[in-house]
Amino acid sequence: MGHTDQIIPLNWYLVLSTFLFCIGVMGVLFRRNAIIMLMCIEIMLNAVNLLLVSFSAYSGNSDGQVFVFFIMVVAAAEVAVGLALMMSIYRNIGSTDIDVLNKLKW
Amino acid sequence: MSQLIFFILSAMTIASALVVVFSKHPMYSVLSLVVCFFTIAGHYILLNAQFLAITHIIVYAGAIMVLFLFVVMLLNLNRESEPHKPGKMKFAATISAGMLFLILIAAMKSTTMETFSFPPPSTNGMIQHVGQRLFTDYLLPFEISSILFLSAMIGAVVLAKKEKH
Repeated sequence: MGHTDQIIPLNWYLVLSTFLFCIGVMGVLFRRNAIIMLMCIEIMLNAVNLLLVSFSAYSGNSDGQVFVFFIMVVAAAEVAVGLALMMSIYRNIGSTDIDVLNKLKW
Repeated sequence: MSQLIFFILSAMTIASALVVVFSKHPMYSVLSLVVCFFTIAGHYILLNAQFLAITHIIVYAGAIMVLFLFVVMLLNLNRESEPHKPGKMKFAATISAGMLFLILIAAMKSTTMETFSFPPPSTNGMIQHVGQRLFTDYLLPFEISSILFLSAMIGAVVLAKKEKH
């Protein structure tokens, strides 16, 4: 990225990560399979990670990268617990369809 | 050159993320999510954050995707068992996500970011620098995250365990 004509503007990363985040939001609204919804939450987390890394790289401050590291830690823990919950739900109701899980709805 | 790489990586990222959302078969969703994560790791390398790129591949493609694949295979999900939302809901979901995109882009357009115009050539993303920050300024959160991992591990084992009736 040394030459001036080859520099990637920060706005491109903004647009890319916004688009990825919106794809994740659309997936959560669009699908009924809870495992796919967990994947879409991962896409949203990755969009935010990409934005943090790009701001960190462009401002010359490595705090953002440390934050991304911690977000990865939390995402790994979240996926482990979430998939364990999915296993337990599938064992009890025999489906991963979230519309079947309406006992707490009023 | 780097702009060309950015466009190729971005197109692959967005295409694979769309396949995750629209694919009827859960296995295809998982596999295209792997592609999505690898292209995001490519973006990290492009942004000169080598440590995060490697960590991203190890954590996401190595650990999280194996968990997803394992669960999809264990539950034997396929196209027939895939629940479907009514078309009206899908239409509403697409419209509302598009509206969110427009609003976020409009909010970004009105901000000026002159201070971040040119990336300085830095060694911020190198493992030496990030490791130093992690073990000096961020030592306490680093240690607390190990407790988080321990509790998540115990929680996952307890939740996924077969209940005795």
